[in-house]
This record gives sequence, C-alpha cells and structure tokens, in this order.
Amino acid sequence: MARILSQTKSAAVNPLKSSQPLGAALAFLGVEGAMPLFHGSQGCTSFALVLFVRHFKEAIPLQTTAMDEVTTILGGADNLEEAILNLKTRTKPKLIGVCTTALVETRGEDCAGDIADIKLKRAEEIAGTEVVLANTPDFDGAIEDGWAKAVTAMIEGITRPGEQARQPKKIAILPGWNLTVADIEHLREMVESFGLKPVILPDVSGSLDGTVPDRWVTTTYGGASVEDIRELGKAAQCIAIGEHMRRPAEVLWRLTGVPYVLFQSLTGLKGADRFVSLLSTISGAAVPAGVRRRRAQLQDALLDGHFHFGGKKIAIAAEPDQLYQLATFFTGMGSEIAAAVATTDMSKILEKVPAESVQIGDLGDLEALAASADLLVTHSHGRQAAERLGIPLMRVGFPIFDRLGSQHKLTILYQGTRDLVFEVANIFQAYRQAPTPEELDPLRKRETPDGPRSSPLTRH
Amino acid sequence: MSSLSAKIQDVFNEPACDKNRGKDAKARKEGCSKPLTPGATAGGCAFDGAKIVLQPITDVAHLVHAPLACEGNSWDNRGAASSRATLWRTSFTTDLTELDVVMGQGERKLFKAIREIKETYAPPAIFVYSTCVTALIGDDIEAVCKRAGEKFGLAVVPVNAPGLAGSKNLGNKLAGEALLDHVIGTVEPDDAGPYDINILGEFNLSGEFWLVKPLLDRLGIRVRACIPGDARYLDVASAHRARAAMMVCSTALINLARKMEERWDIPFFEGSFYGITDTSEALRNIAELLVRKGADPEILPRTETLIAQEEAIAWKKLEAYRRRLEGKRVLLNTGGVKSWSVVHALMEIGMEIVGTSVKKSTVEDKERIKQLLKDDNHMFEQMAARDLYVMLSDHKADIMLSGGRTQFIALKAKTPWLDINQERQHPYAGYDGMVELVRQIDLAIHNPIWRQVREPAPWDCQPAVKDELGNTKSETATLHAVQEFAGTAADDFDKR
Repeated sequence: MARILSQTKSAAVNPLKSSQPLGAALAFLGVEGAMPLFHGSQGCTSFALVLFVRHFKEAIPLQTTAMDEVTTILGGADNLEEAILNLKTRTKPKLIGVCTTALVETRGEDCAGDIADIKLKRAEEIAGTEVVLANTPDFDGAIEDGWAKAVTAMIEGITRPGEQARQPKKIAILPGWNLTVADIEHLREMVESFGLKPVILPDVSGSLDGTVPDRWVTTTYGGASVEDIRELGKAAQCIAIGEHMRRPAEVLWRLTGVPYVLFQSLTGLKGADRFVSLLSTISGAAVPAGVRRRRAQLQDALLDGHFHFGGKKIAIAAEPDQLYQLATFFTGMGSEIAAAVATTDMSKILEKVPAESVQIGDLGDLEALAASADLLVTHSHGRQAAERLGIPLMRVGFPIFDRLGSQHKLTILYQGTRDLVFEVANIFQAYRQAPTPEELDPLRKRETPDGPRSSPLTRH
Repeated sequence: MSSLSAKIQDVFNEPACDKNRGKDAKARKEGCSKPLTPGATAGGCAFDGAKIVLQPITDVAHLVHAPLACEGNSWDNRGAASSRATLWRTSFTTDLTELDVVMGQGERKLFKAIREIKETYAPPAIFVYSTCVTALIGDDIEAVCKRAGEKFGLAVVPVNAPGLAGSKNLGNKLAGEALLDHVIGTVEPDDAGPYDINILGEFNLSGEFWLVKPLLDRLGIRVRACIPGDARYLDVASAHRARAAMMVCSTALINLARKMEERWDIPFFEGSFYGITDTSEALRNIAELLVRKGADPEILPRTETLIAQEEAIAWKKLEAYRRRLEGKRVLLNTGGVKSWSVVHALMEIGMEIVGTSVKKSTVEDKERIKQLLKDDNHMFEQMAARDLYVMLSDHKADIMLSGGRTQFIALKAKTPWLDINQERQHPYAGYDGMVELVRQIDLAIHNPIWRQVREPAPWDCQPAVKDELGNTKSETATLHAVQEFAGTAADDFDKR
C-alpha cells in the first residue's frame, strides 16, 4: 500500500492541477446541446476556455455570470438568473450546466436555492432547457472531482427516478474524464460488438472529436442527449470506469436500482479481459473473432515491448485515477514507479498505486523526485521539467497543448494498451544514447554514490 | 479595497487617452469599463491583464495569491521570449485550499510562500498578485509584501488587480501602477547616457523585438528598459533614467508612459513597429526625441540613411509577393492591430481589405481607415460569430487575420486564417517582420489543403456515379464504373 504524503510547501511550484469547475465543464461538454456556465468572475471562464481551446483546438461553448465587485458584495443570484435567461434566448441550449467557482463559494452563496427559485419564477422562459448545478469551488479538488460532480448532478437532476422496465440489451456507461475521444469511440464499438446498446454519459466522442459541421453552432453539437440521461434507469447494467465514477454510479443505483460494476482501469490485459468477460456474460454472446484477434495482438505487443520496459524508472504526475491507470500499466510491463505525484488526496485509489509513496503536489515535486527517472509521464506543462532534467516526456491527461491529436489517442482495452506499449517503447528507442567508454568504465562507476540511472549495459 | 477603488478612478481619468479626452466630465467619471452582460461576456479579468503585462519580466518570480484556477489554469500560456533568465516561466501560486480560506490562513501562507521562493530561487524580486478570493477574504497583500521585503531583503511587489475589479485592459493599467509605485526609480544606474530609451508595451512575442533592436543598436541607441518584453528587474527599476520613450501598445500602458513623463521628464510618443512606414516613423521619432533631449543631431541623418536602406530592401522583398497576392481579399477582425501601416503595406502590394473591426479604434484611427478604404461599409464595430461564419462560408474573403478567439470560426468555415494576436507563432515587427507577415499570408492562402477540405465527399456530389453503381446489374458494368471512378480520382491527384 502506497504511503500518501501530504503537501507541506506554501508555494505551489508549477501546478499539476487544473481546476475543479474546469472538470465539471468538461463533463457537461459531453452532452448534446450543452452550455456550461461558470458562476464567478469573467476571468475564471476565460482561463478555462483558453486552456480547453489550446488542448482540443476547437471552439468551446463556455459562459460566465460575470461577477464584478458590486455583485460580489451584493450577491450573485441576479447575475445567475440573467446569465441563464440570456443563454436560453441566444443559444437555446438543451442543458445549462452551472459550475460554481471559488468566488461564489467563498461568499457562501446558496446556488442550489437560487437555481430552484429561477426555475420556479422563470418556468415558462426556460422550458425545454435543463439547468443543473455542480458545486465546484476552485479551492477544492481538481478535474476528476469536478467531472464526477457534474455527472452526479446530471443524474440527480435529469434521470427519471424509480425502478423501470429494463431493456436487457441497454448498458449505461459512466466513463472517467481520463478516457479520450478515441477511448469512448472504441468502448462503444466494443460494447456494440456483443449486440449490446451502450448509453455513455458523458460522451465527449460526439462533441469534442474535431469535426467540421456545416453550420455555426454555439452549443455542443453531439454527445449524450438529455433524453438519454433521462432514461438511464432503463439500462440493465451500469459500468463505471475509474474510482471517481463510483459516486455517480451509486447515485444512479439508488435512484433507479440499476446495478453497477466498477472498473478502476481498463488499461492492461487483465482489466480488458475482465471487461470483455463481463460483456460476454451480460449479452450471452461469445467473444467476437475481432476482439480475440486484438487480444492476440496485445499479447504480441507485450512480448515485443517488454524489453524496453524492464527495470525502467518511471515518474508520473496525474489525477488519482489516471495515476493508478498508468502506474499499473508500467509496473505490469516490468518498470518501476520512481515517483508518483497526485493532484488531490481525496481518492481511495491512491493507496493502491503501485509505488512506495504518492506525493500530493505539483510539477515542482515531480521534478525534485524524478531526477533519476528514465521517463516523465504527465501533461504538457511537464515540458519544462523534462527539458531541465534531460528526461523524455510522455504527454498524458490534460492539458496537452503542444502536440496535436491527443484526444484521438487510444489508451484502453487491448488495442489502447497495445498502442501505449508501442508509444513508450518508441520514446525509449528515440532517446537511446550510444555507449561511451566513460559511462562503461567499471572503476569510474564505483565512485558515484547513488549508482547509475539504469544499468548502462542494458541497451534497447 | 478603498485604495484599489481610488486607483481605478485614477486610471480611468487618463488625460493622455484620446477616447477619454473626448468625453464630458460625467462620462469620464463613470470610467471606461462597460458593464458586463452575464451569459454573454468574453475576455479576461483584471488579474489576467495585470499578469500579461508583468509576467514577461524574466528574472522575477511571479506569485499568484489565489485558489488554484487563477494560476493553475493559465500559466505558461504566452509566447513572450527571453534571451536570458527563465524564472518567469516557473509558476508560483499559494494554491489556497478550503481550510486556508475558512481558517483565514491566507496571509500567513503567502508570507511563507515568499520565504520559500526566496530561499530556493533567490530572485531579485517577487511580484505578488491578489485575486478575487484573496481580495474578498480581506488579505492585505500590501502589508505582507512590505513585511516580507524588509525581512528577506528583496523587492516584494504587490500587484493589486483582483479579477472582479474589471476587465483585462484595466488590469494592464493597474500593473503599470504597480511598477510606478514600487519598482521604477528604485535603482540608480551608473551608466545612464544620452542615447538611452524605454520601449513601453512591447511584449517581445515570438522574439519579435529582436527584429527591431539591432536597428537601434546600429544607430547607437540603447534600450534602457523594454517593458515588459525580455526585461530584467534591474532594467525596469532603473528605467527612470532613460531620455525618451516609445509607447507601443497604447491602451495597455498609457498611464505608465504619461506618469513617467510627469515624474522623470521622459517624453514619449505613441508608435508601432508593425508595417514599414510605421517602423520608419518610429525610428525617426526616437531619434528626434533624443536630439530634443540633448543628443548629438548627427543621429538624424544617420537614421534617415538606415531607414532608406531598410525600406528599399523590404519593399523589394514584398514586391515578390505581388503576383501571388494581388486582388486577394483580407478581412481584419481584431482590435489588436493598431498600425494602419500594416493595412497600407498590404494594399500597396495589391491586396484588398474587405472589412475591418473598429471596436478598439480611436476616432483618429477610424479617420485613417476611412481614407484608406474607399467604402465605409467595410467598417464594423463587432460581428456576431454566426454572421462572421456566414460571411466566410460565402467566400467573401480570401483570408481572415484575427486573434485566437475567432480562429475556429474561420477554420470551420474552411477559410484561411492567420493569427496576428498574442498567441501567434511568428514575429511580425520591423521591416523583416512585415515581410514575414506577408509570407505567412501567402502560405496560408495558397496551402493545398483548402481545395481538399472544400471538396464534398465524392458520394455526396456525384449522384451519377452513385446511381450507376446502385443500378448496375451486370458485373462488367460495375467494374467499368469502378475503374472510371478510380481514374478520375487518380487524375485529380496528379494535378496537385
């Protein structure tokens, strides 16, 4: 069990986290016709928006209640109402996802009460638009928490409660935020290949997959529909992916009685096998030939790839579930986790991370812990540390703003694991250094107290 | 917050601002920030604006006193370039937690954070930024900075521009005030000379000031401080000993320029390094101001010689693009390009301006645009995203030059687009910069992808083939249709 080391510095150096409301907005973006709305000052929205655009290279719907000095003193209820009404008239969204920020939470605003009032008072004007609230102050949590809160809020606010006639082929899937567009597409195809009908919430594969629509749309154009969310209770089974999706799955179960299975990670052969077996059991169908083929390809990738992983020291900084997903992937390939840094201490999954300790912290901590590592694994902000340490960087998570196509990278099930094996092995091969007599000199090596990085005799 | 309100009133009452001078006393008092519309607001906050202005000072540690989002969602996001120190790219924030907020530990955490930074990085100065939450809970950053500065023996500069105070533009000005109150004039240089100038509001994006600085070097003019692009703290602290100043991005730092003139008798002019004629005009103005302040007048003819040389080279280089760009229609959708000499240069090589946003332009700017463009209808205050999309979809422009905010409107409308705002990848200042801008326009317009992306999928536009394939009964006919189809595709490919 990993020891969790809490943060002791006062100055965070090179933040690892993106804010909680950003995570909530990302979840709302996985719903069709959605408009996320930050309840805070205009800067809160502007910063998140710019970061989204840098990552996805897409226009992103995101609005603000534009709190200023006066409304901060008097209270933000009027701004919230005005924003909702303005959005309704201007963009006719099917869903407005309100995400609170540190500003209104510090004021202690009763946003839930405010929204209930607005819904009552303005019932006619906002008819046809769902308004849900995620309480996501910036001083708490990070992307993972915001994402899970938004999904929970949508289920609590929209899904029809009570036991309903189940459709035996319908499967509700609640993916964690760390699944990419490609992951969601792949997941859907996999489930469908068993003759099952997946309903995925949130579904960023329909809205953030980078297409060119033939008209200008100001909300999201794709994703889970509000109707899908309303009818989640008709699913025969719910599958949640990532520990942070336990709470939304629990809420769905309590509301509608739909049972859930939780996968902490779908990366790696074992996780994929469990998932495929489950689909086979639910559907009563045999595993299709194509899936068997993918499994064999992964087996081969493990055989070809393991030479590059054995004994390597990996330093990872990520949100808790993604940290677990990647750390288990690397240790499963024979590498060792030299440093593990997580954004928050609120997830139970951290104890299961296969590392001696998990530091709650920032990229400054990663840089300090990773000096002897062979590979840094984190988002694009890790580029400065990688440069200073002279260690290659594998970009994962959010934000990735200095590489194209991160949303189309597959990271789960047989195929995604296979691709990850190749990506890492290729990074190591690209960074391969030619041997030098100094480095191999047996007498010189004895003098370094900490020993060499990894054995210089190991060549890829 | 009362001192902040006073500061904001002071900044709004800017006598050197053209727009402000045009207002009556009452309108002036209301300030220049428009009330924001909830649910229909775009743009950054005052903190954003303050950080944009100060962050490029390269050897300073910039510490943001806030919960995570203010810094965590925004750091390492601008392309200013540094020739030396890199500390400015390291991000520092107090990352306040719920406990910090509830227990009122903000000031203490800030003080400790300053100590940690001082001990680990030993910077010449630390800039501390207040934000909405820390303003709301009443953290007195000025007091903490003062105390920390005394205790640790370094400059700790409070930047009081919380987001809720107003817009990005207001934040720019509050940043200038912070420099005036705490930095400029705190260090006496031992090498002040008659050819020292300041450049204010130049950010050195993509290193573009390095396209201009060698010209100044050639003339023997020394840049005492370029604020903020590629600046060091000591440069800024001793900027009050320059003889003259040029203000580049006027809306951002006009208060700084005017107050430096008042306090230290540093005359300034408003100029631009974008476009050929404006670059020449800027060099000329700098030389003249220096002479007025006592420099040897022999610099004037030398400046003219240099201008003549450089202009000739630039126009010659630009002429090469005339054949490719003549008659191409440009839509300018930005408040950022103050320089109408860019428009002038584009028109000079035969491009046509089919529209320009005048949202941020002054009355004088608008006059100049009117003179340049024969048709007033080409000026618009602001265009809604949907209208812009329709205009571009209908191919009413061959390229749009704008900032990142409207990037995807152009791209989704399958129209060439070039970033001319702060996120741009290429340097556009000076004579070479203008040539580079035109080169980038040429590359964007003539990229072969446009023909490919505008082409509909073959099965959507060739019903004949579809019908033929669908209705074919015999195998040979199908084969024939397939061959024919494959043939056209191959031909298309060869032509490219």
